[in-house]
Amino acid sequence: MSVSETIADERAVRGTSSPILGMVLFVASEAMFFAAFFGVYFTIRASQSSWPPKGIEAPKLGIPSVATVLLVTSSFVLQAGVRAIQRGQTRRLERLLAATIVMGLGFLVLQVWDYSRSPFGIRSGIFPSLFYVMTSLHLAHVAGGVVFLSMILAQSRTGQLSLERHEPVEAGAIYWHFVDVVWIGLFTAFYLLTR
Amino acid sequence: MAPGPRGRFVSWLTTTDHKRIGILYFLNSFLFFGVGGVFALLMRTELARPGTQIFAPHAYNQLFTIHGTLMVFLFIFPVLSGFGNYFVPLQIGALDMAFPRINALSFWLLPVGGLTILSGFLTKGGAAAAGWTNYVPLAAQGRTGEDLWIVGLLIVGTSSILGAINFIVTILRLRAPGMSMTRLPIFVWSILAQSLLVVLATPVLTAALMMLFADRRLGASFFDATRGGNVLLWQHVFWFFAHPEVYILILAAWGVVSEILPVFSGKPLFGYRGVVLAFLMITALSFTVWAHHMFATGAVELPFFSATTELISIPTGVLFFNWLFTLRNGKLRFEPPMLFALGFIAMFLIGGIDGVWTASPAVDFALTDTYWVVAHIHYVLFGGTVFGIMAAMYYWFPKITGRMLSKRLGQWHFWIQLVGFNLTFFPMHILGLRGMPRRIADYAPNRGWTFLNGLSTLGSYLIGVAMLIFLVNVITTLRKPRTAPDDPWEANTLEWATSSPPPPHNFDALPPITSNRPVYDARHTAARAEGTS
Repeated sequence: MSVSETIADERAVRGTSSPILGMVLFVASEAMFFAAFFGVYFTIRASQSSWPPKGIEAPKLGIPSVATVLLVTSSFVLQAGVRAIQRGQTRRLERLLAATIVMGLGFLVLQVWDYSRSPFGIRSGIFPSLFYVMTSLHLAHVAGGVVFLSMILAQSRTGQLSLERHEPVEAGAIYWHFVDVVWIGLFTAFYLLTR
Repeated sequence: MAPGPRGRFVSWLTTTDHKRIGILYFLNSFLFFGVGGVFALLMRTELARPGTQIFAPHAYNQLFTIHGTLMVFLFIFPVLSGFGNYFVPLQIGALDMAFPRINALSFWLLPVGGLTILSGFLTKGGAAAAGWTNYVPLAAQGRTGEDLWIVGLLIVGTSSILGAINFIVTILRLRAPGMSMTRLPIFVWSILAQSLLVVLATPVLTAALMMLFADRRLGASFFDATRGGNVLLWQHVFWFFAHPEVYILILAAWGVVSEILPVFSGKPLFGYRGVVLAFLMITALSFTVWAHHMFATGAVELPFFSATTELISIPTGVLFFNWLFTLRNGKLRFEPPMLFALGFIAMFLIGGIDGVWTASPAVDFALTDTYWVVAHIHYVLFGGTVFGIMAAMYYWFPKITGRMLSKRLGQWHFWIQLVGFNLTFFPMHILGLRGMPRRIADYAPNRGWTFLNGLSTLGSYLIGVAMLIFLVNVITTLRKPRTAPDDPWEANTLEWATSSPPPPHNFDALPPITSNRPVYDARHTAARAEGTS
């Protein structure tokens, strides 16, 4: 057995696969990225006597609540897709992936709609600054996730995913769940803790 | 069919071989080192005597800002990543990095980011001029050069995060059979610790840069106190990244020195597990000390940050004593890599001590933002890391190129660099104690700062001479035939078990790995076998 074969062999037997470990580390990095913003959010919030500060109307709950339900549901749907491919059911995976992508797109549309009805602009002070920068960075992550999941869907349609090779789906799911969790944090910070 | 010169050029642009990418890292890093070094010499020339000779204050501000930025983000970190790229897969007996194409991407983002920062000089108002720490509100007032600085650093940060993820996955997943974590070469451990820091700290810089950009261009008010923001927040978020960054910039140099000292002492590393634990402890502690950069703001918990900072001197002390005990009773060989490693220990010791001084708030109130701080950072990052980088260069050059650098020129390089370095930076301690503020383009002749500044400038020219000697050494050596043996230093780790330079597939065969010195084991097993036959 040559050296390369030994190494490839070794690679096959060890626990978590490289793409998944890579994604876990990437998500850890992303978590620190959002943690920095939440740190700033709570530092500023702690220094204000009222929140949102006087003169700023708290964002309305309606549309974002629907968006939240959509995004959280999509996480469960995607996880069902992961289960499917782990049993080798590519057709089922594709249907569930497509559903996840549609729900992600729905979230994006709702979020943009919500922006358009917002009573304040980014220039109106510190609360709007936090609100727009944090939620739009999250929006970009959802958009990136939709692209990422579409690529996985394309991989599956061209027969590159199977019972034996399905790490991309799992990696995509880890990312998507993370984006979902960040949204729950944002929803709490900007819509629930402002009542 | 042998590729023509054009084909060869394209093959370098499209390579995913970790060794070639490593070499690209070296080329890119040393180019930026040259630019940053020339900026430093220009600054020293301006400060050699009182009065404005060459640069008006605004030009001078751009020089020190870009000098610091290039040295930290485009020389030290990338050159260490270059060594990591070249030697981590070799040292763990792997074929390549875990994600070769992402590896190429992380390299190519670097020149893009660096040139974006430098392109500020072409804009109206010049490059960024708020210092590499880029404090607001000054940074909020800069012109286009400031935006280019932000965008450039976002690109460089992305590059380093991708690179660090790649290192961690490679080290955790691609080790050869027998290479358990406790047999991992100490340099690989240092890259692992460094990469953890990059993955967790760099995104915080990304966040800070985005907030600053939103403030400057989108009308947000994170750092604008008049509109509900908080000026000090920048310092908090920046240093939450930048203190770990200091360890990002030194950990791999510690790894290099811990690799070189045993080889040239003819002994194993003293307390391998202690060194690994010290690395990990420093990695963890580095996230708890950021506000010691902000004592003078009066807005931070002084005793807490003072205590955590002084705690770091415990694992650092462990490192020092392990290095000294590695040397003890060894058969020392004073080859150039060893000279630079010993220089590293001595200079980094000074950098450690003058740093602990300022960890005490009472002392820091007097010394903050004086030349003392400039002396300290350079004793750590030049006396420490750059000496470590040079040690690594002399040590690994034969493996990378198949050619040995000249020992004679190496000795000249070392001694002139050592003298020049101390001449440049030691007087800055005294200047700091005498109250000379950092980041000023001019000073009054009656302050008693003139002589020491002249001395410092003289020293900086000596450093320039040392670097020219190094350059001559590299260029003349590259024109010689490839005569370096596979293992010229009688070393311990796997990169010396393959040819110099290694073949594209790295290894034809690996020796058995039963300790953290597999090549040493193989050499002595062979010697014993010869003795008995």
